[in-house]
This record gives sequence, structure tokens and C-alpha cells, in this order.
Amino acid sequence: MTSEVEKVDGGRRHFLLVATAVTGIAGAAMTAVPFLASWKPSARAQALGAPVEQDISKLEPGAVVKVNWRGQAIFIVRRSPEMMKQLEDPALADKLRDPKSEQSEQPEYAKNDARSLKPEYLVLVGVCTHLGCAPLSRFQPADAELGADWPGGFYCPCHGSKFDLAGRVFKDVPAPTNLKVPPYRFVTDGVVQIGVDAEVA
Amino acid sequence: MMKKTFHKLFLGAVGVTALSWSTVGATAESGAPLQLARNDVANTASLQRGARNYVNYCSGCHSAKYVRYSRLAEDLLLTEKQVTDNLMFSGERIHDTIKIAMRPEDASHWFGTTPPDLSLIARSRGTDYIYSFLKSFYLDPSRPTGTNNLILPGTSMPHVLWELQGLQRAVYDGQSDAEHNAVHKKFKEFELAKQGSLSPQEYDQFVRDTVNFLDYIAEPMQIERKNLGMRVLAFLIVFFLFAYFLKKEFWKDVK
Amino acid sequence: MSATMQQKGRMAQLVDWIDARFPMTRFMKEHASEYYAPKNFNFWYYFGSLALVVLVLQIVTGIFLTMNYKPSAADAFASVEYIMRDVEWGWLIRYMHSTGASAFFIVVYLHMFRGLMYGSYKNPRELVWIFGMLIYLCLMAEAFFGYLLPWGNMSYWGAQVIVSLFGAIPGIGEGLVEWIRGDYYISDITLNRFFALHVIALPLALVFLVIAHIFALHEVGSNNPDGIEIKKLKGPDGHPVDGIPFHPYYTVKDLVGFIVFAMLFSLVLFFAPEMGGYFLEHANFDPANPLQTPEHIAPVWYFTPFYAILRAVPNKLLGVVLMGIAVLAFVFLPWLDRSKVKSIRYRGWLFRGFLGAFAVSFIALGYLGLQPATPGYTLAARVFAVIYFAFFLLMPWYTRIDQTKPVPERVTFHTH
Repeated sequence: MTSEVEKVDGGRRHFLLVATAVTGIAGAAMTAVPFLASWKPSARAQALGAPVEQDISKLEPGAVVKVNWRGQAIFIVRRSPEMMKQLEDPALADKLRDPKSEQSEQPEYAKNDARSLKPEYLVLVGVCTHLGCAPLSRFQPADAELGADWPGGFYCPCHGSKFDLAGRVFKDVPAPTNLKVPPYRFVTDGVVQIGVDAEVA
Repeated sequence: MMKKTFHKLFLGAVGVTALSWSTVGATAESGAPLQLARNDVANTASLQRGARNYVNYCSGCHSAKYVRYSRLAEDLLLTEKQVTDNLMFSGERIHDTIKIAMRPEDASHWFGTTPPDLSLIARSRGTDYIYSFLKSFYLDPSRPTGTNNLILPGTSMPHVLWELQGLQRAVYDGQSDAEHNAVHKKFKEFELAKQGSLSPQEYDQFVRDTVNFLDYIAEPMQIERKNLGMRVLAFLIVFFLFAYFLKKEFWKDVK
Repeated sequence: MSATMQQKGRMAQLVDWIDARFPMTRFMKEHASEYYAPKNFNFWYYFGSLALVVLVLQIVTGIFLTMNYKPSAADAFASVEYIMRDVEWGWLIRYMHSTGASAFFIVVYLHMFRGLMYGSYKNPRELVWIFGMLIYLCLMAEAFFGYLLPWGNMSYWGAQVIVSLFGAIPGIGEGLVEWIRGDYYISDITLNRFFALHVIALPLALVFLVIAHIFALHEVGSNNPDGIEIKKLKGPDGHPVDGIPFHPYYTVKDLVGFIVFAMLFSLVLFFAPEMGGYFLEHANFDPANPLQTPEHIAPVWYFTPFYAILRAVPNKLLGVVLMGIAVLAFVFLPWLDRSKVKSIRYRGWLFRGFLGAFAVSFIALGYLGLQPATPGYTLAARVFAVIYFAFFLLMPWYTRIDQTKPVPERVTFHTH
């Protein structure tokens, strides 16, 4: 037995063993790809998650409309001149955690003080950045529940997070970042489309 | 080019058994022999024409409810705008599937039956069947639609393509034997009774493109499937060589 | 270098730690590196490991199919098309499963035929054989329940016909059929319970039986093409002189077999997934329609030998009984076979003739089961059915009087 084993070409055997093992592992990995990829959103999920359009031509100043996109509520707010004035209040920025939206999620074209493409229209993902509850619209300043210094904005009833009229989070509330802004664009002046980025020059 | 030739040779070799089986019994229910569709799902131009034909002549009554317009755009090398402008009705979205406006009750009322969904018709009936069916309408005053079909006798489908093909009469052998006409008559050929807007060759091409499109929608991934198959086999050949010599190497021990 | 040494040391420590708590190394030795298999396995011995591979394939692809399949009459057909079109790579997973179903039977039939040729069912392997037969029965049930799930028209009418067979049982038949369906026709309720059986109950039973099959085999040791018990002749090291460790010798050999199988499997999977209508039947691309039977109804090819026997018998009850016997007869082979030798190599022309005729009639019945039941075909099916049963019924006689050759001491082996 021993003398025969000695005749074995160890180098050749080792090479073939490694080559076969490597090829086999590569094959197994390649076989796994379709199975793992089958968990990605399917064509139907993508179809259901396709961009949605909303007519906003009839939206009153100071009113909000909620649209369902990919299972999330999207708030579209038409800000009245008074509300826009609120945003310009220099005292406001001091109360906010991230006034310049540095840590927050929004498309590049919404990374401004109004957090919007057109200052008049605010488009937000209506999901609290704390634990995913749906914030309420409390646009009237000095709300009875929220106190005399409430400037108007969004209030999350779950854990009391507060956001201003641009969806920016206040200091000393549980939510860490500003409300998200989804990708959107204006198809016409009166129609906004959620889910597609605006082309900004 | 080389790859394609190899591909074809290869397919020829392996597919021979399966193909010869599938052509066994290539006759319709009626016993009429089928004509070969000879369509090619790799011919994108033909698929594009077929899609146009489908939308213009079929999708009024026949849905293709598993087929998404967006998939057509992708596979038929069309832009979404081309698809929206040419293949879709107003109000549909690019991710929608091909549906019909007609309500099933209306369909039953008009045709006595609901026109079948055509997503899988090429797989359930075969391309030769559809090709032959679309070419085998003939005048038959006894039918409510005015036409009958040699492949599917008594079909409730009217000859929607008659303006293209024209109208044809069925000619039978032994028709002179008036007394036994019904019993002995054997179909011989069609003769054109009324000229259509397409020549017979053009009509053939029209039907072939349409059938090609139906073949494609029945299994949209079929080209991808074959391409992947070639790569998998190439991999397995390499794997085989290593494993085979490894086995030989180890079995040198066994006396 | 020292780093790898140290790593090996850690690896060995880990193995020791596990072995103190779980018989890992012992298990690997018993069933692989120190399981001594005869060195003279031939082509026919690939199909055991291949059957195991296909079982794993079916379980894995099956799990992924259930993630998107909907077991309801309203949604089942559409959910299969959803898998085929909308789920990324869904078509590949589905074709793997549908091709795997047929591959399973091909592999298992060849595996069983190997057993017949080399007498692998004979003492001391009766239990290996019986566990194997139970696996085969489970597999048939698994295939039958699974075939309803796509909810195509052939699924529907296939289930209708097979379930109706139980109606032939006198007295309880009608009630039994209703109980199986859970309804007065094959309905959503039937589909739902067939789904449960197909994805949970039978796979569990299959896995359990496969483990029992392998344990029983490793207890008595593998048979071989010579039908010689290698354990009878041991070398000074206590191992059979004609045996070699399963690992690495048969692991590398079976790997080669697996790759060749994977190639053939890929040819079907990628280039002819319908296999001309034999693996995926054309009529099954029409959704289930309780009002319209497909024009030509035939079970999937792997059931057709038994279906042909069923049809060949003019009496419904007798047909069902004979079909049942045709399947179950295999179980009794260990006691029907009275020969002194196991392998066909040392048997006489009588056994060879009967086995050959049996194989031919099995294939012929399979073919006839796919054809319409014309008088000519029915007559042929009767002739082949008689041969089929003669193989079993006459076995005690022809195996006893058969002229056998002397079996050598050592297995036949030529160095590669």
C-alpha cells in the first residue's frame, strides 16, 4: 500500500483537487444567484410601485393632499404665503436640529430652506423618521395642544416628534432627521408625479 | 456569427428528438393537416410588426393578460414612448398588462363564447396551429359569421382579417357527386373569391409575424433561456474536465 | 506557515469540541471516509447519488416556488405565469422543478432496474429495498399532488381521473372520492389540501425514508455488479479487500456522474423544457376548465405504464386492483426470488429472458399509456401486462430452476 501511495503524483492531484473545488464552489455560487435574485421586487411589484400622478391644480393654499406611493403616504402641501413667511423666520432655524438638511434624505433639488422644487409646494414622505408612524398636519400656529410657541408644521402622535412646515425636525424630539422628500417632478404646473426625479438644469 | 452557427448546430443535435416528437400528430382536431409557421422569435423586426398586428386586429377581443407593455418595450427594442404611442390605448400605463375593454358578458352575447386570452395560446395549441387557423377561413353562408374555418370547424370567431386576405372559397374533390356530397367531400384547396388588400405573400408574412409575436409572448424569456443554457453547458464542460481527471487521478490508487 | 499551523490547531480544537457533544467525526467516518463500498461499481451505480441530488434540487426549487405560488383555484394558474414572467429568474426555478420531476423518475427507474439486475433486494438488503419502494410510492404521490398545482386543464382532468379511480372500491368508493376531494368536484378545496400534502407532508416523509434507506444500506453494505458480499473477505486491516472508502473514491466518481447528469438536465431545462409536451403538457397551458376535457388526456409519462395496465382491463375495479398490484409487486421481490445468486452475471438465460421481457413490457406499456386506447393498442397493452405480471408471478419457479454459474470469490475489477 505504502509503496503505491508514494508513486502518486502529489502535485497533479493537488492541482486537480483545487481546480475542481474552485470550479465547484464557483458553480454553486452562480447557481445561488437566481435564487437570491428572485427575492428582488418583481415586475408586478415594480408596476405597482410605478410613479403616481396627482392633480394639484385644485389644491387650496394651506391644504394638504395625501397620495399612496409604494405603500407610503405622500403629503403634498400647498403652502400659503403666511406659511412661507413662517419658514423665513430667522428664529426658527435655531429650534431645528438639521435646518440645512445636511443629515436628511431628499433629492438634491429639494435640499433648500423650503425643501421643495417649487417653494409653494411641499412634497414629503408622511412617515416619521423616528419609528415610522404617520405624522399629523398641524399647520395653525399656536396650536391648543402644542403650545403657544408652535409655529405650525407636522406632529407625530406616537412619540411627540415635531416638524416644521418644510418637514424639518425640531430639537429635543425623538425623531433624528427631517421627514424624507421623495423623488418627484411637475409634469405640468397642475400635475405632480411622485417617483420620478425632476430634471434640474 | 460563429457563436450563432454553433448555437444552431447544437440545438439541431439536441433538439432533434424533442422536435420530432412535437411534430408527431401535427394535425388539427378536425384532421386537417397543419402548415408550418416557420417563424423566428429572434427576428425582432418581425416581432415588432406582429405586436402592431396584434394591437390592431386581435386585442379588441383577445387579452394577453400576463404580458406587460413595459416588457414588450424591453424585449422588442422599442422605447417606452414608441410603445405608448403605437401599441397602447389611451388610459393604459406602461406597466399594465394587455387587457381588453370588452366585458365578458358582452363577449358571450356577441360571439356566444368569451374570446380566449392569448398569452399562452402558442404553447397550448402550437404556432403551426395558429398559423394554419388564420389562413383557413372560408366562405360558409350557413355560419352566422359568414365564414367557417377548416382547422377549427364551427369557430365563433369571425374572419377579422378578411379585408387583408380577401375571402376564399373551399374547393373539394368529388363535389360533382351531388348525392354524396357531404359524405365524400375531401378538401382540396382554397380559391380566392374576393381580392384582399394584401397579396397572398404579404398575407402570409402578416400571419407569420402575428404568430411570431404570439410565440414570443407565450414564453418571453425563451431566447434568454437558450443563451443562458449555452453558458451553463460551457461551464459544465470545464467542470467535467477537472472532475474527470481528478477521478482518474484518485482511482490510480485502486488496484 | 506557522499561522496556518496554528489555524489548523484551532480547527482541530473546534472539531474536538463538537465531537465531545455531537458525533460529527464518527458520522463522517461511518458514512463516508470509512464506509467501504465495493470497488467494482459500474455505470448503474450513479443513480443512487443522483436521486439524492434531484431530491435536494426539488426541495430547494420547491421552497422558492412556494414563495410566489398561490394555492387557490382563482390565483394558482396566474401565479405560475407570474413566476414565469414577473419574478426575476422565476422561469429558471420553475423549469428546474418541472424538469426535476421527470428527472427524478428517470433516475429512480434506472436505480430500481439496477437493483433488479444485480439482485440488490435479496438477503440481507430486504429492508433497503422496502424503504426504497416506500420512497417510490411517496414519490408517485408527490408527483400526482404536485401535478394539480399549476391548475392547468390537464392538471385538473388528470386529478379528476386519478381521484375517480378510488370510486371503484365497492361500498366506500363514492364516499372516499368525496372525502379526498373535500368537495363534489375537484375544486379550490382540493387544490389547497393537495398543496399542503405536496409541500409539507410528503417531502417530510420522503426525507425520512431516504435517511432510513441510506442507514439500512450502510448497515448491511452495498451490493455490487457481481452480487458478492465483500464483507466476507477482509484484509489484515479489518476492511474488505474488495472495498474502498466511499470518500474520496466514490465522491469524486459520483461528482463526475453528477456533472454529466447536470449537462443532460441542462439540455432539457434550457433547450426543451416542455420536452415535446412530455415534461410539460400542451393542454396544461390552458387554465383548468371543469366544463371542457382536453381532447387527448394522458398522465405524465412516468405514470403511463400503470395507466396502460389500468386501461387494458375491461372491469373498472379489477383494473384499479391490477394497477395497484403492478406497483406493489416490487415489494415482494426479496421473497419471490429463489435464486442462489444475486447478480444477472451469474444467472441463467431464464432470468435474463424474464427480466429483459419485463423491461421491454414496462417501456411498451409506458408508450401505450400515452396513446389513445384503440382496439389494437389495448390488445398490445394486455399482452405486455401479462408479461409484466408473469415476471413476478413466475419468479419463484424460474429463479429456482434457472442454471446459475458459480460466483467467484473476488469481484470483477479491471484497473482504470
